[in-house]
Amino acid sequence: MAPARPFAKCAFGLRCRRSQVTTSDTAEPDEQRLTQSFALRQGLAVGIATGLYGISCGALAVAAGLSTWQAMATSLLLFSGGSQFAFFGVIGAGGAPIAAVATSTLLGVRNAFYSLQMASLLNVQGVTRVLAAHLTIDESTAVAVGQSDQRQARIGFWATGISVFIFWNLMTLLGALLGDAMGDPRAYGLDAAAAAAFLALLWPRLNGGDPLATAALAVLLTVVSAPFVPAGIPVLIAVAAALLVGLRPSKVCAP
Amino acid sequence: MWIAVLGACALSFLLKFSGYVVPERYLQRPWMQRVIPLLPVALLSSLLVTQAALSSGGTLQIDARAAGIGVAVMALWLRAPFLVVIVAAAITAAVVRML
Repeated sequence: MAPARPFAKCAFGLRCRRSQVTTSDTAEPDEQRLTQSFALRQGLAVGIATGLYGISCGALAVAAGLSTWQAMATSLLLFSGGSQFAFFGVIGAGGAPIAAVATSTLLGVRNAFYSLQMASLLNVQGVTRVLAAHLTIDESTAVAVGQSDQRQARIGFWATGISVFIFWNLMTLLGALLGDAMGDPRAYGLDAAAAAAFLALLWPRLNGGDPLATAALAVLLTVVSAPFVPAGIPVLIAVAAALLVGLRPSKVCAP
Repeated sequence: MWIAVLGACALSFLLKFSGYVVPERYLQRPWMQRVIPLLPVALLSSLLVTQAALSSGGTLQIDARAAGIGVAVMALWLRAPFLVVIVAAAITAAVVRML
């Protein structure tokens, strides 16, 4: 019982609009119940799978020199895996805290675009809106836009967001406590684990010529600049790769 | 460090909240739509090479971490889950260091 996916191809894309979301008024009751429970189960499955790797988040945080409480603060309050890993990566490499904040924030810019998509879908106000904003991340957005109607999309969003939040925080705590108990992080290959985390987050995004060109240019800028600037700065220099590839003249002039 | 942690948390929330309160037209500029999807690619690529192949002085250094990343690439190729990829990379690097 694969769900209809009228705009699955724009998952993570920025062109999804409210007009594409149809209501389920015309669906048969049985069918409706089935597909709703599908959105709920899909959300829970994504929540558990994503939450599990919160253990690496906690472990890498303490390996980078953060306390268990600071690791927990990022999972409870920052709550965006990529940004958290980036923050720990810059601190772990000896970068200045301000560089870590800048990197983590730049990596979180995509959440603003997810929230734009979710705003018209969820139509929330007040406290619910604050909660929805906090739960607006890669996973909740992907599950929501993968549903075939607005009701299911809402169920998918909340089920995914809430279950990721719960499991992510539990596993971060476990990871931080384990990391604290382990001692020298290098002996366990935790520095390679941090690199692998960035690779795994990057992998699904390398889906075309522009992303590949951006990645290659970013690597080049980083390697060339790293010996000459303080730790944490090369990653900010590498942002130029996204600007150069995204704004290159041929692209801008194309229809 | 606490200031940085809480600052990053506050900025993260502001970004997530902005789409719910800022009029759509401010966030839907064509140039933004081209650059925004590439931002994570540039940042993650840079963080990857820094974490995997640079020494603390910023020079290229190929060591046990590179072996871990090699195994991680294979795991991703085989569509292994995130946690499997990370654990495989860690074990590989740890084993290479013991040799």
